[in-house]
Amino acid sequence: MITVNNRDKLAWHEGMTVRDILTQMNYVYKLITVTVNGVLVPRDQYDTFRVPDGAQVTVFHLSHGG
Amino acid sequence: MIFSRNVAGMTEVLQQATVGIAGCGGLGSNAAMLLVRAGVGSLVLADFDRVEVSNLNRQFFFQSDIGKPKVSTLADHLHAINPAVRITVHEKKLSRETVAATFEKCDLLIEAFDRADAKEWLIEAWCGAYPARPIVAASGLAGYGKSETMQVRRSGNIVVVGDGVSDMSEGLCAARVMIAAALEANEAIALLMAKGGAR
Repeated sequence: MITVNNRDKLAWHEGMTVRDILTQMNYVYKLITVTVNGVLVPRDQYDTFRVPDGAQVTVFHLSHGG
Repeated sequence: MIFSRNVAGMTEVLQQATVGIAGCGGLGSNAAMLLVRAGVGSLVLADFDRVEVSNLNRQFFFQSDIGKPKVSTLADHLHAINPAVRITVHEKKLSRETVAATFEKCDLLIEAFDRADAKEWLIEAWCGAYPARPIVAASGLAGYGKSETMQVRRSGNIVVVGDGVSDMSEGLCAARVMIAAALEANEAIALLMAKGGAR
């Protein structure tokens, strides 16, 4: 089981990637920062980074303004 | 004594800390001001821009600053609060490649850009170079009101403040931008206190 943003639960499967999680969660935002168990996963690893079972995944949406 | 009303034990720790500020606009200028008032001993400021009249609705600048470089002007204002604060200025456009060297001496980085794509590469560059050092970012600070939607979210060494959704296309107002800047500064202070201020 994967927990996303301390709230949503997803069933884990072997080989699950960050991209799989973003797709299942229907994330539409393009600019995001993702951590798995508190460690940042760079954008170029979303398709390859294997998320372990039981992981805490956090997705921060980044919006313009400062 | 500037810091005689600070929380006990806070000044000694913050005086030893070095904080980087990436961007000296609405978030960065106000967060820097708050950190200097809190007692942070050293700051590293980076921004390529000059002060424009349209900045004065939310940034820590004045009419007499218009046309001047933001970094050196902000440093002057910060020294007017505390002449002893140590400030390094970088008047340049940051890139993914220059983040690590620019903020090498910093215990913590404040993300204070306006564009979301830049926020993304800044966080990636910092965490890639210094995974054990915190970064405090902001996302979602546009508009007015909706105070109850301003949040602080944390994961590992990343903190993101703001509502997470509002976009600057709806306009930027000092009150809400400064809530985000104050949340960034407050989180930075707590992180520096938690680690004792020294790397």
